[in-house]
Order: sequence, then structure tokens, then C-alpha cells
Amino acid sequence: MKKGISTFLALWAIWILIAGFNVTEIILGGAVALILAFIVSKYVNYSFGFSIVLGALKFVFVYIPVFIYKLVIANLDMAYRVLSPKMPINPGIVKVPTEIKNDFGKLVLANSITLTPGTLSLDVEDGHVLVHWVNVKGSTEEEYKKEISKDFDKILGGIIK
Amino acid sequence: MIIAGNILMVIGGVFLLLGGFGVLRMPDVFNRIQAGTKATTLGAFSLILGVGFVHPQWLLKLILIIVFIAITNPVGSSVLARAAYKKGAYQYKKEGEERSEVK
Repeated sequence: MKKGISTFLALWAIWILIAGFNVTEIILGGAVALILAFIVSKYVNYSFGFSIVLGALKFVFVYIPVFIYKLVIANLDMAYRVLSPKMPINPGIVKVPTEIKNDFGKLVLANSITLTPGTLSLDVEDGHVLVHWVNVKGSTEEEYKKEISKDFDKILGGIIK
Repeated sequence: MIIAGNILMVIGGVFLLLGGFGVLRMPDVFNRIQAGTKATTLGAFSLILGVGFVHPQWLLKLILIIVFIAITNPVGSSVLARAAYKKGAYQYKKEGEERSEVK
């Protein structure tokens, strides 16, 4: 039952986002989502609880602003490196430890590393992210972690268990 | 609103242009992927948001597009870079720099 309601809400929200706010669309979307939710709900294995909604809100209001800020910094940094005639780069591949266990958390962390200044995640192994770094600083894993993923690790660890 | 949208679109275009320069100028495949990914992600965000400001009735759908770009773009570049790494692609090193590589 809980699965059915969750599926219904997710389908309806996506329908409204795509079709737009309009009385007929909302009613039709609701009907279609209800039918689909009855059919599909046997096969899904997630459900919305209060904690997930809270987590999503935290994700949007705590994580997204940090992410946007880092993304803008990343682009200015990249623009500087691309445009300066000497090309101040010192690239290398490093291993960064992480405490996040959950698959979705790992995905978000790897994506965040890719979109933050000068780093590109290559591979995720158990407890490690393999990162290509344009301008390597430091020489130990702890130093790498401090530079690359500390903020994200902390925020994501608080949201996704 | 329309002016802000136009400014955002110009900023997006500039970042996309810089991404193109980056792909041309960088010395090896990993650095090229880096320049390409970052510039195209923020460039596309900015461009799409600009369109959303000019046409507010499309804003929700455009935000949905931004979310999908934010999910797929880094994954795509990460997979390309991983393939290049596994294949053992050429890695640029700063002159005189010796570093033990991660295996």
C-alpha cells in the first residue's frame, strides 16, 4: 500500500512537471498515475517516509547551494587555466578515501567530484574514489581528501545514511 | 526579467566557448575531458535558465532538463575517462615531475 502511494505520487509529480499546471492535465495525470501505480507497485522496492522527504529537503537546501557555488568556482578556475598562455597544470591520478557506503550517495559524490574545481572521478572502488586532478597538491590520501571531497563527504554523510 | 535571461544566455555561451578552447588547448585526454565537462555543464545550465527567464511558462520543464543534465553529464565523462584510464592512455606530466602512479 505504501509502495503504491509512493509510486503514485512520484508518477503524478513527474507528469505535472512535464505537462504543466492545467486542470485537465492534473486530473488526467492523476487517473493515469493511479492506474499505473496499481500495476507497477508490486515490482518497486522503495517507499516515501517522512525521513526521506526530510532528507530530500535537506538535499535541496543544504547540498545544492554548496554544489552550485563549487561549480561556478570550478568553471572560473578552468577558464583561467585554459586562457593563461603558460597553462599552469600539474596533472596526476590520486586515490581519495570516502566513508559513504550507500550506492546513491557514492553516485552523488562521484558526480560532485567531477563537477568541482580541477577534479574528475575515474572509478569508485570499496571506500575509494579514483580521481584525476589537474593541479595535484600534497602527497598523502588525507591531504587529497581535505582538498577534494571533505565538504561533500560531510554533507552527504549527514543526509544519506 | 528578459534582460537577466539574455545576460544568462550570453554567460552560458561564453562558458561553452571556453570549453571549446579547453578541448583544443589541453595536452592529454583526461584534461580535455575535464575542460569539456565543466564548461558544458555550467554553460548549458546558464543557457537553459536564461531561456526560462525569457519564457517563464517553460521554467519547470527547463529545470527538469537541468536536473537530467546534472545527473547524466558527469556520469558520461566519468565513464569515458575510466575507459581511457583502463586502456592506459597517454598522461601528460609537468616537465621534471616524477610521481609514483596509482595502480
